[in-house]
Amino acid sequence: MTFKHAKLLLLAALLLSLLISLFAGRINSYVLFVLYAIGINIILAVSLNLINGYTGQFSLGHAGFMAVGGYTAAVITNQFGDLNAFAAGALFFGALLAGGLLAAVTGLLVGLPTLRLRGDYLAIVTLGFGEIIRVIFQNMNAVGAARGLSVMHGYTNFFWTFGTAAVTVYVVTALVHSTYGRGFIAVRDDEVAAEAMGINTTKYKVTAFVVGAFFAGMAGGLYAHSIQFLTPSGFNFMQSIAIVVMVILGGMGNTPGVIIAAILLTLLPEGLRWLAGIPSLPGIAKAYPFAWVGNTRMIIYSLLLIGLMLTRPQGLFTWKRRPILPA
Amino acid sequence: MTSPSENPLLQTERVTIRFGGLTAVSGLDLQIGRNELIGLIGPNGAGKTTVFNLITGVYQPTEGTILFDGQSITGCKAYRITARGIARTFQNIRLFSSLTVFDNVRTAFHLHLQGDVRHALWRGRAFWAEEKAIATQVLELLEIFHLEKFRAAPAKSLSYGDQRRLEIVRALAARPRLLLLDEPAAGMNSSEKTDLMRLIQFIKGKFQISVLLVEHDMQVVMGICERIAVLDYGVKIAEGRPDEVRRNPKVIEAYLGEERTHDA
Repeated sequence: MTFKHAKLLLLAALLLSLLISLFAGRINSYVLFVLYAIGINIILAVSLNLINGYTGQFSLGHAGFMAVGGYTAAVITNQFGDLNAFAAGALFFGALLAGGLLAAVTGLLVGLPTLRLRGDYLAIVTLGFGEIIRVIFQNMNAVGAARGLSVMHGYTNFFWTFGTAAVTVYVVTALVHSTYGRGFIAVRDDEVAAEAMGINTTKYKVTAFVVGAFFAGMAGGLYAHSIQFLTPSGFNFMQSIAIVVMVILGGMGNTPGVIIAAILLTLLPEGLRWLAGIPSLPGIAKAYPFAWVGNTRMIIYSLLLIGLMLTRPQGLFTWKRRPILPA
Repeated sequence: MTSPSENPLLQTERVTIRFGGLTAVSGLDLQIGRNELIGLIGPNGAGKTTVFNLITGVYQPTEGTILFDGQSITGCKAYRITARGIARTFQNIRLFSSLTVFDNVRTAFHLHLQGDVRHALWRGRAFWAEEKAIATQVLELLEIFHLEKFRAAPAKSLSYGDQRRLEIVRALAARPRLLLLDEPAAGMNSSEKTDLMRLIQFIKGKFQISVLLVEHDMQVVMGICERIAVLDYGVKIAEGRPDEVRRNPKVIEAYLGEERTHDA
């Protein structure tokens, strides 16, 4: 595909998610909650893929940007009482944007000094930054410190979640599939050669960082208004790692693969939970035959990850992609 | 070809760079005329690649100034110097290995983009028109160098000689006025070398550019350069026409060692 009908596809995705959100009342609320988690993880993984995958800057601080966006959006919507549907939508959109923008500014502030570092050094600095953000929220009484922050409105719905996810995918793909955007991959492949070809590598890296942080902030806002309770520990180092795993598993710089990985890795723990909850199976006398899965769920999840990393280090979903030439 | 002394394209004035206690290049005065093909030679470790890195902004000189087209580019960042009109290839090939042949060349075109990020995001008429124009130019360039049949192949899958040529194409895509070639003949057999010599002269004529060639291979250097500068231990020890340089005793000494007379 030449990516020529991208805008139409984006519009179709937005309309579809709006349509589904109108019928969301008929969907079981647990299923909806898992669906929102999938959408949020797609946003996080695809935006991190721009930084880690396409631009090759290993960042471990994505949860930090998510926290900035989540807390910002929650504090804004908490100022308001019950509103009619239209006003609530406008408020939520504004709050999400504000969260994204503040996360982007944070990304700029963190990116400018740190992006001259490479590889492991950058990973360590971004990891440290993510922890600093978490500790700041943990000690900020205005947002409940370690007690957490209740989010009054459950504004997150199918439209906002998957609409934002569609916009994220569009922006990242549109950026990369252009003469301008090939620069991101050039920076990843060889920084010295990229500079020699007239590419301002610092600017490209900071751009990737800021765009990635913006969408992570949006995802944070959606998360806050879905789970309706924020704790600083929800944005810890493990959350950053979980997003990195989605990117690596999907294949660095492979957006469709990363989307699939985000879906699978969100469903996997839920699937294991469901398995543990099966009351009986024909032919097996014991009740809850898979109850052991419930206790060892996270161990199984970790073992699967280790196994995948050992057998498919290049990512689960690497396929030959046709180069995209303008027709 | 105009005489290099009047209105040179590139001029280095007493350029020196020290790494700790080591003076890699010392007080180098070098002029490159417009549409001139000049060679830079010297034994291993003489500082040839360091001179390249100084001109292209990878290193900043400790002392001295570098003028390009009459304006100082001393201390400029590498990407700005490329934008001014100096492009290079690398001694150890540095292509964008995961990108296709087409995309490697296309990346260098980003210097001439009219639109910016917003164009790429909005993907309107102007964006597609520009992308199409760039694609045409990229394919034209690839055709000149007989690489168009590999356009969809990843750069790393090309043969060694093709990778070297692709690096030259990529550098040309930046539309330089001065092209720096760092050992383009390395690892080539003699028929490939002959092709390369023809290619370099062709490029110089077709694109009306100056070329600075660092090369070990005397067959290539002596064969095509109009003027040659010789470096030894970071100092320019000779400069002149190929036949002059070939006979220069200092050059012979630098390459073969001092001549000893054994009178007892």
